[in-house]
Amino acid sequence: MAALDTAVHTRQRGAGALTVLTWFVGLLFFFPVFWMVLTAFKHEADATTDPPKLFFTPTLEQFGNLFDAGAGPYFLNSLFATTVSTLLVIALAVPAAYALAIRPVKRTQDVLFFFISTKMLPVVAVIVPIYVIAGRIGALDNVWMLVVLYTAMNLPIAVWMRRSFLQEIPAEVLEAAQMDGATLRQTIVQVMLPMVAPGLAATALICVIFAWNEFFFAVNMTASQAATVPLFLVGFMTSEGLYWAQLSAAATLASLPVVLAGWVAQKQLVRGLSMGAIK
Amino acid sequence: MSTDTVTPGAAAPVRATPATSKAVARREGWRRRAPLLPALIFAIIATQIPFLVTVWYSLNSWNLVNPGSERFVGLSNYADVFTDRVFRQAAVNTVLITGGCVLIAMLLGIGVALLLDRRFLGRSVVRTLMITPFLVMPVASALIWQTSMLDPVFGIVNFVIGTVGFEPVDWASSYPLVAVIGALVWQWTPFMTLLVLAGLQSQGRDVLEAAQVDGAGALRTFRSITLPHLRRYIELGVLLGAIYVVNTFDQIYILTQGGPGTASTNLPFYIYQRAFLGFDIGQAAAMGVVVVIGTIVVATLALRLLFRTFSEER
Repeated sequence: MAALDTAVHTRQRGAGALTVLTWFVGLLFFFPVFWMVLTAFKHEADATTDPPKLFFTPTLEQFGNLFDAGAGPYFLNSLFATTVSTLLVIALAVPAAYALAIRPVKRTQDVLFFFISTKMLPVVAVIVPIYVIAGRIGALDNVWMLVVLYTAMNLPIAVWMRRSFLQEIPAEVLEAAQMDGATLRQTIVQVMLPMVAPGLAATALICVIFAWNEFFFAVNMTASQAATVPLFLVGFMTSEGLYWAQLSAAATLASLPVVLAGWVAQKQLVRGLSMGAIK
Repeated sequence: MSTDTVTPGAAAPVRATPATSKAVARREGWRRRAPLLPALIFAIIATQIPFLVTVWYSLNSWNLVNPGSERFVGLSNYADVFTDRVFRQAAVNTVLITGGCVLIAMLLGIGVALLLDRRFLGRSVVRTLMITPFLVMPVASALIWQTSMLDPVFGIVNFVIGTVGFEPVDWASSYPLVAVIGALVWQWTPFMTLLVLAGLQSQGRDVLEAAQVDGAGALRTFRSITLPHLRRYIELGVLLGAIYVVNTFDQIYILTQGGPGTASTNLPFYIYQRAFLGFDIGQAAAMGVVVVIGTIVVATLALRLLFRTFSEER
């Protein structure tokens, strides 16, 4: 009996140690984010100190300053490019996935292969002509150019994800709807849409994450008019002096939408990141 | 795959003449293809045509600063690319950064996933904390690493190593690759963790319990049951991670600007420099083509894996 008790005790203590370790690792990975948010509430004088300050008088000054520094247009451009490109991706990917999953066209594999291969094409391989062509048709520094590029960037992921979600709809459901005399449109709107809505939200989330955080196209294709949030942040690099508190406030605000969305939709994240391969 | 499934409504009437049934089949084929076409055409216009233009540019000598300097030079850009010392270094750096980041992030990811795959107090909170680095805008996190974390004077990392007696380090100039890989590992470990955790949770509990009943220890169970089961997930994580990390630009642009000198320049950053700071369109295009050929090798492997994962599920 005593021996069993000790064994249980050791195991419990082992489990306790593992839990502490897990918490430690989680907090360690979160630390830079925590520090970013903390610094955002500092006065500049508290932001660059040796040793670093954990306790200080908090201020909202930095967030207020952001909009005086002209953050508004950058956020509006990001919002526009992200929203419109995501809507476009969904509009293109939903019918395409239908044609690949529900009523498959011939050579479905080849088409899927093609879509995913465009995602594997390094961006640097196409940026030069895109830049030159955009310059010729006057599309440089135009937020619509970003919309087109972000749509192209996210379309393959969306097609694969949508297809994976659609394959989960049992064929019997669709057949039953057709037997009952439902038209194609009725089948789609009344039977399929409610079933695919969660997957649709997950797809949109992944598109939003990638579009909102995108930097390479934004830095090359925009200047003053169409610049997005990452470019606003990069603007702090060239500034004279140390404005870490200001920078941290900007970085916090810039990251907030995607971080919150990702936290809410954690379960869907895995599936999106693996393009639907992992449920 | 179910390419040949005949949907109930689509079956051709039995007594139709060959000609009409062919027409019906053709119409049916187009009805099936129509929803696919907008996405297909868009993808071709937005990706394939620019790539073909890249190939054409790569055969020309053309500097944007000299209007009218464009002329056909055949393969000479490629000859220049392969004799370019910086290009070779950028290629090596790309392999180091991609390989280092993916390998370390995957090992850490497996460890963290194993830790998270248990019942304990605050599990969902820890998981939420853990995935956050992947969600933070890469430009924002790179700037935080450059300033608050890695600054030689006021950075937290130097403060921490100082408490155990190490001299402060100027990470970005003394160990630029370490700084870049560190920031990338921080960003990508959550990705690997999520994938491996999904793998762990898809494991059949009964198999694990049976192993326990048979007297297999924790280590033995992990080696002979869990690890083989995880293989598919690990491969998927490595390949998807590699595809994204090969294109790393943000962290290098912000943390090191490819420097000091060209010590941390990778291929995307070098091509960016040649095209947008050197305006050398022909050279940049040739490098782009070389990168694509290199990527195709990796991508083919990745695709096989994705298809295998999909077909086994069906």
